[in-house]
Amino acid sequence: MTAAVAVAVLVTGGVFLVLQRGLVRVTLGFILLGHAANVLLLAAGGMARREAPLVGRVDLPEASDPLPQAFALTAIVITFGITVYLFGLAGAGADAEPDDEPDPEVLP
Amino acid sequence: MTASALLPLLVAGPLVGAFVATGLTRPAARRALGLLVSAAVLAGSVLLVMATRDGQVVVAQVAGWPGGIAIPFAADPLSALMVLVASLLVTTCLAFAAATGDDLDRWFVPLALVLSGGVYGAFVTADLFNLFVLVEVALIPSYVLLTAGGRPEQVRAGRIYLTVNLLGSTILLAGIALLYGVTGSVNLGELAGAAADSNAAALAAGVVLVAFGVKAALVPAHGWLPATYPSAPPAVTALFSGLLTKIGVYAIFRVYAVVFDGDARLSSVLLVVFLATMVVGVLGALGEGRMRSILVFHMISQVGYILLGLSFFGVLGVTAGIFYFLHNTVVKASLLLTAGAVETTHGTDRLDRLGGLARREPLLAVAFFAAAVSLAGLPPFSGFVAKLVLVRAAFAEQAYLAGGLAVVVSLFTLLSMMKIWNGVFWGEPPDQPPAEPAVEVPRIPRSLVWPGVVLAGVSLAVGLGAELVLGLSQTAAEGLVDPSDYVDAVSGR
Repeated sequence: MTAAVAVAVLVTGGVFLVLQRGLVRVTLGFILLGHAANVLLLAAGGMARREAPLVGRVDLPEASDPLPQAFALTAIVITFGITVYLFGLAGAGADAEPDDEPDPEVLP
Repeated sequence: MTASALLPLLVAGPLVGAFVATGLTRPAARRALGLLVSAAVLAGSVLLVMATRDGQVVVAQVAGWPGGIAIPFAADPLSALMVLVASLLVTTCLAFAAATGDDLDRWFVPLALVLSGGVYGAFVTADLFNLFVLVEVALIPSYVLLTAGGRPEQVRAGRIYLTVNLLGSTILLAGIALLYGVTGSVNLGELAGAAADSNAAALAAGVVLVAFGVKAALVPAHGWLPATYPSAPPAVTALFSGLLTKIGVYAIFRVYAVVFDGDARLSSVLLVVFLATMVVGVLGALGEGRMRSILVFHMISQVGYILLGLSFFGVLGVTAGIFYFLHNTVVKASLLLTAGAVETTHGTDRLDRLGGLARREPLLAVAFFAAAVSLAGLPPFSGFVAKLVLVRAAFAEQAYLAGGLAVVVSLFTLLSMMKIWNGVFWGEPPDQPPAEPAVEVPRIPRSLVWPGVVLAGVSLAVGLGAELVLGLSQTAAEGLVDPSDYVDAVSGR
C-alpha cells in the first residue's frame, strides 16, 4: 500500500511538472517519473520480503528478490545519464531561443 | 554451434568497434573501421538468415547459465531478417556519411556504431528487460547524433526527441515492472501466452505495447517524429528511419505474438490504431513543403501499413507485415539518402527552391523515381508485392475497409511523391533572385548518389525476385504465429 501511494504521489508530481513549459521543470518531472518507475520495480519483487538477498545469511523466504533491485539500479543509471543530457540541452537552448517563439518551420 | 556464437557478437562487435574508434584520430581510419564492422555484421547476418531459413531458432544462453536463468539471445527467421536489413542500412548510411563529410566529426562513427549495436541487440534479445536496456543503448547515441550540430532548430528538435523518448522509456520500464510483478519473469520464453491467460498480465503487457507504440510513432503519439527527424543531418535521418522507429515496430510484433499469443480481443483496437496511423501520416505529408518532411510523414503512414498485417494475426497477414517491413526499411532509406544528396549539394530540400534536377542529375533522378514508385506500390518494385500481399491478407480476413483504405492511402502516397518529383526533378530550375549573383551549383558527387541507387536497386531486386524474400517472410511469420519453437529454445526446455 505504501508503495502504491508513493508511486501515485510521484507520478502526480511528475506529470504536473512534465506539462510545464520550461525544460528544467520538465526534466525535474522526469526525475520524479523515473523514481516512480523504480519504486514500481522494487514493489514488483514483493513488499513483504525485505531482507538482504545473501544466501546463507538470511532465510530464503525472508530474502528480497534481487532481480528487480538489479533492474532498478540499471534504470537509475540510464535515467541519470539522460537527465544530465536534458539539463545540458536546457542550458544550450536557453540563449538560442525563448520558449514562446513561433514555429520556425512554417513555410511562407 | 557457430551461429549461436554469432549472436552476442552482434552487440559486442559494434561496441568494441566504437570503443576502438574513439581512440583513432585519423578520420579515414575511423571511417574504414566503421564500414568494416558494419560489413562484418552484414556478412554475419547473412549467415544467420541461412541458419534460420527453415524456421530454426538459434539461441545463445549468455555466459553458459542454464536456460531460464541466463539472459538469452535468440534469433528466429524474423530476428535474422531484421538484423540483415538493419546492417545493410547501417553500412549504406556510413558510406553516405563518408561522402557528405558528416563522419569527420570525431564522435560520429563511434556513436553510429553504438547505435547499431543496440539495434542489433534489441532484434535478437529474448528478455524484456534486456530489450529495454538495448533500446536505451540505441537511443542515447541518437540523442547526441541529433543535436551534435548545435544549430538552434537541432537543439529544439533534441528537446522534443529526448523528452518524448524518455517518457516512452519510463512507460516501458513501468510496464516491465508490472509484468514482472504479475508473472515473476521477464524472459520472453517464460512469458509466452501470459497475457492471453491472465487479465492482469494483459494489462501490464498492454503498458509495454503502449510504450513501443510511442517509440514507433503510432497515432496518436506520432507528433514527435516530423518535429524532430528532418532537423538531423541527412545521413542521420536515414539511419534513424531504418533503425529506431523500427525497433518499436519489431517489439510490437514480438510482444503481441509471444506474450499475447495473438490475442484476438486486442486485434480490433490495434486495427483502428494502425489504420489511423496510415491515414494521418499520409495526410500530414500533403501539407509539407520540404523533401525530408514529406518523407518523414510517410514513415508514420508506412508504419501503419507494416503493423496492419499484424492485426490480421495469421500466417498470411504477418507474412505481409514482415515483407512490408523489409521493403519499407530499404526504400525509405533510399529516398532519404537521395533527398540528403540533394540537400547536401544544393543547401536546401525545399521544393520551391529546387527544380529541373532530372536533367542535371539523371542517375539520382532515376533512383528517386524508382524508390518513390516502389513506396507508392507500383510494379515491378518491392512495394507492389508488399501492398498486394497486404491487401490480399486484408480481404482474406474480410477486412474490406482496411484493404480499401490501404489502396486509397497508396494513391495519396503517389500524390506526395509526384509533388516531390514535380518540385525537385521536373521543370526548370527556379529563377535566382536578381539581387544575388547567379552561383554555379556543382553537380552532386557520385559518392553521394550511389548509396541511394544501391538501395533502390535492392528494392527492384526484391520486387523481381519476390519469391525468395516472400518465402523467408512466410517462414518468419509461421514462427510468430506459432511461437512454440522460439519459446522452447529461449526457455531452454
